[in-house]
Amino acid sequence: MSFLTVLVAALFYLAAVIFVTGVVYRIWLYAKVPAPLRIATTPAPVTKGGVVLRMFREVAFFESLFKSNKLLWILAALFHYGLALVLFRHLRYFLDPVPMVVELAQPFGKYAAFAMILGLLGLWARRFVIDRVRYITSPSDHLMLGLLVLIGLSGALTTFVAHTDIVALKDFARGLLTFDLKPLPGDPLLVIHLTLVAVLMIVFPYSKLLHGVGVFFSPTRNMVDNPREQRHLAPWARKLEEEKS
Amino acid sequence: MAKANFEVPEITGVTEVPAVQPDTMAHLETFRAKPEFMEALGFPGEMPEDWKEKAIEAMGDLLKKYRSLQVFLDACVKCGACTDKCHYFLGTADPKNMPVARQDLLRKVYRRYFTLAGKFFPKLVGAVDLTEEVLHDWYNYYHQCSQCRRCSVFCPYGIDTAEISMAAREIMDRIGVGDKYSNEIIGKVFRIGNNLGLPEPALADTLEGLEEDVYDDTGVRVRYPLDEKGAEILLVTPSADFFAEPHVDGLMGYGKVFHELGVSWTLSSYASEAANFGMFIGSYENMRKVSLRIRKAALDLGVKRIVFGECGHAWRVAYAFLNTLAGPFDFLDPNYPVPQHICEFTWEAIQAGKLNLDPSANDDMVVTFHDSCNVARATRMGDKPGGQFEIPRNVIKAVCNNYVDMPHGTIKEATFCCGGGGGLLTDDLMELRVKGAKPRMDALKSVTEEYGVTHMAAICAICKSQFTKVIPYYGFDMDQIVSVHQLVSNAIILTGEGEGGEEEEESAEDAA
Ligand code: SF4
Ligand code: SF4
Repeated sequence: MSFLTVLVAALFYLAAVIFVTGVVYRIWLYAKVPAPLRIATTPAPVTKGGVVLRMFREVAFFESLFKSNKLLWILAALFHYGLALVLFRHLRYFLDPVPMVVELAQPFGKYAAFAMILGLLGLWARRFVIDRVRYITSPSDHLMLGLLVLIGLSGALTTFVAHTDIVALKDFARGLLTFDLKPLPGDPLLVIHLTLVAVLMIVFPYSKLLHGVGVFFSPTRNMVDNPREQRHLAPWARKLEEEKS
Repeated sequence: MAKANFEVPEITGVTEVPAVQPDTMAHLETFRAKPEFMEALGFPGEMPEDWKEKAIEAMGDLLKKYRSLQVFLDACVKCGACTDKCHYFLGTADPKNMPVARQDLLRKVYRRYFTLAGKFFPKLVGAVDLTEEVLHDWYNYYHQCSQCRRCSVFCPYGIDTAEISMAAREIMDRIGVGDKYSNEIIGKVFRIGNNLGLPEPALADTLEGLEEDVYDDTGVRVRYPLDEKGAEILLVTPSADFFAEPHVDGLMGYGKVFHELGVSWTLSSYASEAANFGMFIGSYENMRKVSLRIRKAALDLGVKRIVFGECGHAWRVAYAFLNTLAGPFDFLDPNYPVPQHICEFTWEAIQAGKLNLDPSANDDMVVTFHDSCNVARATRMGDKPGGQFEIPRNVIKAVCNNYVDMPHGTIKEATFCCGGGGGLLTDDLMELRVKGAKPRMDALKSVTEEYGVTHMAAICAICKSQFTKVIPYYGFDMDQIVSVHQLVSNAIILTGEGEGGEEEEESAEDAA
C-alpha cells in the first residue's frame, strides 16, 4: 500500500468525522434553541403541509431568490443544480452494481461540471463587479469560491483531459467505505481533487457552507401561521409566567 | 415644501439603486435614554465598567433563547440578494444600511466570540473584537432599521434583519445603552397607560368632544365610550387616534361602524394603547408586560371580544404574539378570533350588508393604499394567507369609487416601509425618516402622475404620523394621507342621518 493511499484515506476518514460531527452538532444546536414567537414571513401557509411545500419551493427552486434577483438566481441555479448532478454522477464510484439511473445520468453529470464552474465564476465576478456585493465580501468568501472552482476544474480535467484509471479509483472508493483499503491511482490531478474535497468537508460545518442546513431551521420560513389559534410558549417564557402569576 | 438641513432626495417615480457611499449616515445618532427611564424598564441606568463582558454575555443569552438569532447569524452566505431591498439604503446610499451589512455589525462580533473560525482566523471571516467603535456603529445603525422585514422576503434563507436589530437593541439596553424615544414611551405606558401619556380625564374629554363633532356632522348621537363595564367589545387602538390628524377621523369611523351594528363597545383607560414598543427594543419581558395590560382590561371590563384599531406593529404584536404573551383568552367568546382587526370587523359587516354606504361621498379623491410593513409581512387578516392585503383594499373599494394600486414591487409583501417604523418616529432622526421615505414617495409620485391619485390611505398610526410629517419635503400635502376608517366614516350613512337636513354634504367636504 503506497504512502499516498494511506495519507489520502486518512484525510478522508478525518474529514468524514469532522463533517458528520460538525453537521450533527449544528442540527442539534438549532433544534435545541427555542423559537419563542411566531415570526413567519407572511403571507405564510396556515397548515403544516403548506409549510412543507413552501420549504420545498425554497430549497428546490430558490423561490425567494427568484423574487429578489434574476441574474443571481440563474448563477445560483447553474452552480447548485450542476453540483447536484455532478454529485449524483459520483455515486457510480461508490455503488456496485451501478444503478440504472446513475448510469443514465453519466453524460449529463459530466457536462454539469461546466454549468457548475460557469455558475461559480459568475458568482465570483459579482463580488468584484457589483459595488454592494464587493462591500460585503470578506476574504473567506473568495477562498470558498476558489476552493469550489478548483474542485470543479480538477474534477473536470480528470474526466475530460487527463483520464484516470476509474476502475482502480472505484476500488479505492469502495475500499474506503468497507474499511478495506485498496491502492489509489497516483495521478496528481486526482490527488489534488480528492484533497480539496476533503478540505471542503472539513470547513463545511464551520463556515457559511452550512446554509444548506440553516435554511430548514429558518423560523421565517418553517413556521405555520396560526398564532391566534395556538399559543407557542417557549420553556423559558413559561418560566416568566410561573414566576409572576 | 418643508425646509431641511440635509439634502432631500429627488423623486422620479422609479427608485434607482444608488452607488455605495460609505458613512453618509454615520453622523446620525438618536438621543440616548436617561438612567431613570432605563431603570424603569429593568435595565441598568449607566454603562458598567465591564460592559464588554456584559454585552457578550447578553449575546450568549439571546443565542440560547432565540433560534432566529442563532440561525440567522450562521446562515448568511453574503449573496447580496438583500442589498438593494432596504428603503434606508435606497434613500441614503450608506452601505451599512444594506440589510446584510447591518447584520454583519453584530455578526462579526458573534463570529469572534462564538465561532471557531472567528476565534482562530478573525481576519479571514471578518470577525472583530467588541470595541467602543463597534458599539457606536451598533447604536447608530440598529436605530436606522425600522424592522420592516422587507429584506426577509427576498433572502433565500429568510434572514430577517428585524430580528437582528431587536437582539442588538436588547443587548445594548442590557449594558445601559438605550434609545430615548422608545424607552420613554414604554415607561409612559407603564405609568399612565398609553404612549402619549394621556390620563383618563383627558381621554374622557377627548371622546366627549368626538361625540359632539359627530353629532354636529350627522345629527346622530354616536357614542365613544370609555371604561364601560359589560360592553361586548374592547377596542384597543393606538393613542394617536385620540387626537392626531388623520388618525382621529379613523376613530370616528370605528365608532360609526359599531354604532350601526348596534354592538356595545368600550375603550379602556388602563389599556389605552395598542402600540407595543417592547417589540422595537426586542424585549420579551417588556412586550409581555404591555400585553398583559390588555388582558387585565378585558377581564376587568368583562368584555367578550377584543378588536384592534388601525396600527401596524400593534397588529403584529396583537395578531402574532398576544395569545402567546398574554393568553389564553378562553374567557372571551370563542366564536371570534382573538384579537380581531377593525378591518376584518368592518369587512364582515360590509359583506353582511349591515352598513349603508355611499361611496360617492369620497368621489373627490382618487385613493391608493400603503400596505404597512408589519401588517403585510408579519400578520394576516381573515382566514386566508394574503387576507391582510385583500381585506383593507376590499373595505376601501366598498367606500370609494376611485381606487388605484401603486406599482407592483412596492405593495403587498414587497411594500416599502413609511420610513418611520421600528421606534424611529422621532425628530432627532428626521434626516433618516425623510430619506427612508423615498421609495414610497417614488411610488406615490408615479401613480399621481399616471392615474391622478390624490390620497394615500394607511392603517397604521406610525405610517400616518410619519407621512403627514415627511411628505411635505417631497412636495406633497399632508392632507393627502387618510385613515382607512376615515374613508368609511365619510361614506357611512348612519341610521337616522340626514333627517335633519343638509349635514351630509358638509361632512364630505370637510374631509377633502
Ligand atoms: S439575502 Fe440573505 S443570505 Fe444573501 S446576503 Fe442578504 S442576508 Fe445574507
Ligand atoms: S428590516 Fe427593513 S429597515 Fe431593517 S434592514 Fe431589513 S429592509 Fe432595512
